[in-house]
Amino acid sequence: MPETNNTLLEVKNLTMDFGGLRAVDAVSLSVSAGEIVALIGPNGAGKTTFFNCVTGIYKPTKGDVLVHPPEKKSQKINGFKSNRVTTIGMARTFQNIRLFQNMTVLENVMIGRHCRTTTNIVGAILRGKKTKRQERETVERSYELLEKVGLVDDADEFAKNLPYGAQRRLEIARAMATDPFLLLLDEPAAGMNPQETKDLDELIVRIRDTEKIAILLIEHDMKLVMNISDRIYVMEYGKEIAQGAPMDIRNNPKVIEAYLGEETDA
Amino acid sequence: MVDNIKRSLLVALWFVFLTFPLMVVKVNTLKSIVEWRWMNMLWVAIGAFALSLVWRWAMARRQLKSKKAEQGEDESVKAGFATRLMEDPKLYKPALIVIALATIVFPLVVDIYQTNIMVLALIFVVLGLGLNVTVGLAGLLDLGYVAFFAVGAYTYGVLNSFYGLGFWTCLPIGGLMGALFGIALGFPILRLRGDYLAIVTLGFGSIAKIVIENWEEVFNGAKGIAGIPRPGFFGAEMNITSATTYTYYLMILMVVFAIFITNRLKDSRIGRAWMALREDEIACVAMGVDMAKTKLGAYAFGAFWAGLAGVIFAARNTYINPNSFTFMESALVLSIVVMGGMGSIIGVIIAALVLILMPEYLRAFSEYRMLMFGAVMVLMMIFRPEGLIANVRRKYTGRKVTTEDANA
Ligand SMILES: Nc1ncnc2c1ncn2[C@@H]1O[C@H](COP(=O)(O)OP(=O)(O)O)[C@@H](O)[C@H]1O
Ligand SMILES: [Mg+2]
Repeated sequence: MPETNNTLLEVKNLTMDFGGLRAVDAVSLSVSAGEIVALIGPNGAGKTTFFNCVTGIYKPTKGDVLVHPPEKKSQKINGFKSNRVTTIGMARTFQNIRLFQNMTVLENVMIGRHCRTTTNIVGAILRGKKTKRQERETVERSYELLEKVGLVDDADEFAKNLPYGAQRRLEIARAMATDPFLLLLDEPAAGMNPQETKDLDELIVRIRDTEKIAILLIEHDMKLVMNISDRIYVMEYGKEIAQGAPMDIRNNPKVIEAYLGEETDA
Repeated sequence: MVDNIKRSLLVALWFVFLTFPLMVVKVNTLKSIVEWRWMNMLWVAIGAFALSLVWRWAMARRQLKSKKAEQGEDESVKAGFATRLMEDPKLYKPALIVIALATIVFPLVVDIYQTNIMVLALIFVVLGLGLNVTVGLAGLLDLGYVAFFAVGAYTYGVLNSFYGLGFWTCLPIGGLMGALFGIALGFPILRLRGDYLAIVTLGFGSIAKIVIENWEEVFNGAKGIAGIPRPGFFGAEMNITSATTYTYYLMILMVVFAIFITNRLKDSRIGRAWMALREDEIACVAMGVDMAKTKLGAYAFGAFWAGLAGVIFAARNTYINPNSFTFMESALVLSIVVMGGMGSIIGVIIAALVLILMPEYLRAFSEYRMLMFGAVMVLMMIFRPEGLIANVRRKYTGRKVTTEDANA
């Protein structure tokens, strides 16, 4: 993929070793503005590990992660802590939902605003004008996001009391609260019923179109992936085995083999 | 019910059998006879029977509750009395006024001994509120909290005996020293969690005491520092009674101050970040929260209050030695936080008053203090793991504003 002007994320030959295990092996990937890119592959292929390397939860063994934030200068971010990656503008969700269980739904989203606000301990105690303004903006913006993912009526509920599908949507809202230019979703449809998956499908497209946030997603639901992705990368045993438009991927013999042909016919 | 009674009878029988040699048989070696104290047997039987019944009833109730929660019959329907008291202004306003009046007249109606004990209890309220931030809000278990308390107390003691600095100068210095030590000790343990954190902080607490004990030149070792002045009031001369009363009011002010500040922090960007860190560290950092800054902030803030409380403690006792800063004190403050309900301010205040005042007034208990704590803790964990008064999360209003914006 040649680097275009509006490439947002560019990963080059990313490799991650766990002791003797090479979980990710020289994977390259790029995402441009306005794109929905999918990363697929069988369980254990190394997709989540790839996400963790890109978002700073792991430090990659080899390779480069470059970001080109819109209207800001490009940076090489491998080795950055995940809070810095998020502050730069890439936010993620987790495959095994990681919400703040004993905080309210609204508060979960408000945490996302943390890196866009500045109140410190002294400011919080004095509660001056600026603090109050930031706090008000945080609440308003969080409600706005809850409205977008359809959770506004559950705002005061504890996160742990939400049904599974709603928890996934809350994770998306929380990530969006950090004002990202790229959203990384790790199996957002896992555990959802067909109706919920369809709603999610629409939500993701809407995020791309109205919020102008590019999306990189890991997903097993082939119908969802084929429907909404512009491009697809396929991983198996840590290696990238194919990439291209949904149609090409569907007919790629290597991919069919990797999936034993059973899921790709969807 | 019949089944319960039957089982409780069996338990009673078993206990009678177990305690028989201890409670009933008594060999009088002087007269070489055996005394049979049958009355004791009766008491054991009745006691065991009653306890077993109560236990069974409580367990059944608990199961019923969790079953209800599972079926979705929400707790919110039957909000506890305490929660209602806090949320309904018609209830809490008069309650607040009564409490305020009671605290004001308290030292005027009781003698100096009582006031002095109350000051100690209030010191532990402040300690509880401080640790409540570190443990309850930020979820950082700290078993060496007493170290910061000692830092505060010895800051005053040392600065006073070497440089003659007064109480009011040392109070902020003590707090800041506490916070400084909080940060210094927080650094190496940033990455630790759970058991490891507990062990290391436990070590810090013991190290603090050992350093104080052995650094004779500065801390005067095990002999301690004596003759520390009580809090002054613009240089006015005060006898012991008025000085104690004065310290009491000072402490009340400080508690109010601590409540005010912790409350504000709880509902702020910082407080939320602390809670998120407690809930899920990886997710919290992935959402853009700086882990090191946030954790150190929590350590420093908790330690700050311990430092302040330490200065007042030194002033109240006019004498400090290393024995006031043992693991027992750390455990006591931690019990206060756990019992009060992690993160709940009112719960912590009540727990502090109960745990400090109870042994003072019920002298018979004080010997079994640790035993009682243990029992209370176990019972709490079984029946009310959320503490006496569960932390209620604030509801934010602001939705109206957004919908208006959307319509405009
Ligand atoms: N922290 C870790 N330590 C050791 N091995 C790991 C770790 N995380 C993932 N792995 C291994 O890396 C491989 C890829 O895992 P993962 O990225 O979760 O796959 P996927 O998300 O594609 O299902 C698996 O074999 C897994 O066991
Ligand atoms: Mg995965």
